[in-house]
Amino acid sequence: MLKTSVAKKITMALSGLFLVVFILVHLGINLTLLLPGKETFEKAVHFMATNPFIRIMEPILFIAFIYHIIMGIYLELTNRSKRSVGYAKYDGSAVASWASRNMIWTGLFVLLFLIFHFYNYYIPFKTGHVESHYDLVTGLFDKWYYTLFYVLAFIALGIHLSHGFQSAFQSLGVPREKCLRFLKISGNIIALVVGLGFSIIAIYFYFN
Amino acid sequence: MKLTLKIWRQKSKNDKGKFVEYILDGVDGDMSFLEMLDFLNEKLINEGKEPVAFDHDCREGICGMCSLFINGQAHGPDKLTTTCQLHMRRFKDGDTIVIEPWRAEPFPVIKDLVVDRSAFDRIQQAGGYISVNTSGRTVDANTIPIPKKDADRAFDSATCIGCGACVATCKNASAMLFVAGRIGHLARLPQGRIEAADRVQKMVAAMDAEGFGSCTNTGACEVACPKGISLADIALLNREFIKAHL
Amino acid sequence: MLDINIKEGTPLKARIPEGHLSEKWTRFKDKIRLVSPANKRKLDVIVVGTGLAGASAAASLAELGYNVKAFAFQDSPRRAHSIAAQGGINASKNYQNDGDSDWRLFYDTIKGGDYRAREANVYRLAEVSGNIIDQAVMQGVPFAREYGGLLDNRSFGGVLVSRTFYAKGQTGQQLLLGAYGALNRQIARGKVQMYNRHVMLDLVVIDGHARGIITRNLVTGEIERHSAHAVVLATGGYSNVYFLSTNAMGSNATADWRAHRKGAYFANPSFVQIHPTCIPRSSDHQSKLTLMSESLRNDGRVWVPKKLEDVHAIREGKKKPTDIPEEDRDYFLERRYPAFGNLVPRDVASRAIKERCDAGYGVNKTGEAVFLDFASAIERYGTEQANLQGIHNPTPEIIRELGKKVIEAKYGNLFQMYEKITAQNPYETPMMIYPANHYTMGGLWVDYDLRSNLPGLFVIGEANFSDHGANRLGASALMQGLADGYFILPYTIGDYLADYIREGKVPTDTPEFDEAEEMVRKEIDFFINNNGKHSVDYFHKKLGKIMWDKVGMARNAKGLTEAIEEIRELRSRYWKEVKVPGTDKEYNPELEKAIYVGDFFELGELMALDALHRNESCGGHFREEYQTEEGEALRDDEHYAYVAAWEYPARAYERYEKPVFTSESILHKEPLIFEFVTPTTRSYK
Repeated sequence: MLKTSVAKKITMALSGLFLVVFILVHLGINLTLLLPGKETFEKAVHFMATNPFIRIMEPILFIAFIYHIIMGIYLELTNRSKRSVGYAKYDGSAVASWASRNMIWTGLFVLLFLIFHFYNYYIPFKTGHVESHYDLVTGLFDKWYYTLFYVLAFIALGIHLSHGFQSAFQSLGVPREKCLRFLKISGNIIALVVGLGFSIIAIYFYFN
Repeated sequence: MKLTLKIWRQKSKNDKGKFVEYILDGVDGDMSFLEMLDFLNEKLINEGKEPVAFDHDCREGICGMCSLFINGQAHGPDKLTTTCQLHMRRFKDGDTIVIEPWRAEPFPVIKDLVVDRSAFDRIQQAGGYISVNTSGRTVDANTIPIPKKDADRAFDSATCIGCGACVATCKNASAMLFVAGRIGHLARLPQGRIEAADRVQKMVAAMDAEGFGSCTNTGACEVACPKGISLADIALLNREFIKAHL
Repeated sequence: MLDINIKEGTPLKARIPEGHLSEKWTRFKDKIRLVSPANKRKLDVIVVGTGLAGASAAASLAELGYNVKAFAFQDSPRRAHSIAAQGGINASKNYQNDGDSDWRLFYDTIKGGDYRAREANVYRLAEVSGNIIDQAVMQGVPFAREYGGLLDNRSFGGVLVSRTFYAKGQTGQQLLLGAYGALNRQIARGKVQMYNRHVMLDLVVIDGHARGIITRNLVTGEIERHSAHAVVLATGGYSNVYFLSTNAMGSNATADWRAHRKGAYFANPSFVQIHPTCIPRSSDHQSKLTLMSESLRNDGRVWVPKKLEDVHAIREGKKKPTDIPEEDRDYFLERRYPAFGNLVPRDVASRAIKERCDAGYGVNKTGEAVFLDFASAIERYGTEQANLQGIHNPTPEIIRELGKKVIEAKYGNLFQMYEKITAQNPYETPMMIYPANHYTMGGLWVDYDLRSNLPGLFVIGEANFSDHGANRLGASALMQGLADGYFILPYTIGDYLADYIREGKVPTDTPEFDEAEEMVRKEIDFFINNNGKHSVDYFHKKLGKIMWDKVGMARNAKGLTEAIEEIRELRSRYWKEVKVPGTDKEYNPELEKAIYVGDFFELGELMALDALHRNESCGGHFREEYQTEEGEALRDDEHYAYVAAWEYPARAYERYEKPVFTSESILHKEPLIFEFVTPTTRSYK
């Protein structure tokens, strides 16, 4: 079944929606950083590190990430090969949104961020002993360039989601006549929440 | 008006091809875009040059033969319009117009602006029909009542003219809207439901085999489609595809 | 002045079965020879053209088991010009319970054709018409429906019942896609070999039987030989002789004409339908004319101002059509034909429009346009909708809005098409329309079996002459094409093929194929190497003008004789001065055009001859000398109740040696015998 292009995009949709759920949970935890005191955040991290359900989900999440990334790049490359002679003049903006046309670039930018995120947080967290997760996280926002990179990455993710969310439901065959408005609005809200939510945390700690 | 035309010229499938610039004076606003090209060709013939080859036939927007990527857009700047219905009053004196053929691997250039769209036929042959014999000895037409809104909706999908603008404009050169038009037409009718599962699988497989790209739901096809085939049909195709595998 | 002497050949027999009209077809089917399934596999059939007739025939023949090769000049069978048919398809289903029956459909068609069609054929057409709708619905053709889920109907010209099935203004498209689906199914099974972008350039006749064709691959320029046990032509009409017509740019008469040169008779060539409601021509660069469906006359009212000063004010832009008060408008169709009003047949409507424009009442700059007005329909529907929606005392604006929506649902795509071409909004201002060449009732002569006088050659759809007499009623072309292809030819061809089950493959390495191919090559070489000075279009436009002016809506002996002379002269210039760029080994649209315009000259001359010899007016053929005091067509049943089938006046390839004048063609008459209806003066008053 995975052979066909339609099946591939359905799996892109499923893995993508799964990642949306993850990112919303992640945002929820990060937002506890803004609460007074370090305790709530530390508790949340502890919960994530020890809860058996989350432990089971973690490898699945990894697979979803890797699948979404590899399949995304693979599809982009094959799709590019379908037009070996390009147009001299192509007015993409007349027919489709910027977000929908640049999923690969917003996606790759988020991937780049992910690599740094692993290096800065996830690897120390998994390998060494971290005194305070709160300090580790907020400490990263001391540097302006990291904060900027972080904010840009989440703007990219927001844009990615603004198309990706409703596109996923389209791929899953949700009747467009009935649900398009709802999906567009909810997609944009999620995009805004994710983009702004993470950015606000970064900016808050940069200035404090 | 006076126009500068930058037109893709390519002798044959294996020729490399290049843009050639023509200055055309005396263009009238009431001319259709293709009549403007007729006018250019008449001039080229009189000058002993090779006229520009382009596909066209009915010139009333229904046969789907005409194509052309005009200034970066399939069938030019007007919505819900084929090239043959585009009129020169849409352009201004002194404009430069870039004219290219449809670009997609499954649509190789035959000559100049003419491309080979036989891939579309092969997709239809894979299952874009209802398998009834042609005896006429079926049931009386009115024994299958169909809700008006279903029939009207099926009709909307069935108005696809197979021009290929969806493929040409899609950044992935995907033929999903074309396939979805036929699926959307037949899946909405009781007669078409009988083979629905089989049809969607066969047509998708044929579409992939022809080498079209995959759909990323940018929606460009819907905007470029001269007949307004809706992205909802692609959602329906996806739904039918999932159903077929469940 | 040119002296025309017509040589007369042997009369023709249509081989009509015995019995009462309503029994003929059944009897025929019961008596014909059948071919066993095992033997059908041994028989090959060529079908040229993939419109409604061709696609349905190819699919049906393949379904029966014959090996079919199908040919289309377009890049896909789906693009044949049937796709452009707008309004609908007739069938005597009597779903509306308004008194329709096979007999009424038959009678309306015979009368609409001004009693110049064969009774038995037309009755058969009416008999199978219902099956077409059944078939199409099973194929998934999305016809318009009523709220109860059953099929809807509308009215067309020349009838007093609602028997037209439709799919908005795209009925031809939907029916063709149905037939295309059936064809695709057979292509997928391997029973039909499809040749797109191929054009037929000659018919191969062996021992008096059609046994193959020569084609040119339009992409590579290759000349190919194809053999079969029977050849079916479904190549449409020849309105493009007039250069400007509603036909597609590629529509041509070459396949029919090449068959004619090889001996097939061409019947009633001058019977051409001028469609009343087309968008008027606007400039010299115009390449084609666009039809506005006849269905619009269900709701549109045709008028011109009563006063000449209003006409001038409109032409000069000083007054808008909406400024003319009701009492100053002349709804001339309603005035002249109160019974049928705006829904008179096409020939009658076209002549009435021409009459008003000739009298100086044309409403556009060229003086060749009348109004088609939807204002009263918008008001009528709007009021009805307001009642349905329970809106009491609606304002005129609300009524207009509601009415516009109904009109949009009915004719949306036509209105949009009109606006794109003219840049005028027909919801706000009346449409301007003028007659234009549309359909050709004439075509290759066929008998009751749809077989031409050449054994093995069958002709179906618009390409034959058979069912519409001197004027075709609206929504009957789709009916005829599909009836021929799905339900008639599959029976009749078997009766012929039954003789050839032992023959085996027809070889293509015979002298007949050699000769045909050589002649095709010779012609192509001529065009490529002819160092002329004018493009093909240059000549085609001139030919079109002669045809429109002198062999058009109104004809007279003097004009027709002049036309023959002028065509001859222009043709001799054509062969000297035409210029075809490029080579023959590539995709070369100019070469294609050169070939078919070459044939149009001979055909045009024959059309003029046919019109000249028929000293009467009937249907679309209007001779100014033969009209009633009120300007209606005056038929002469005593002398002209026959089909005029013309034989090419020379050997097939003689024209490569010297000019052949088709006005010297030999006339074969097929007398039309009316056993069941009595020809009367056609009245729509």
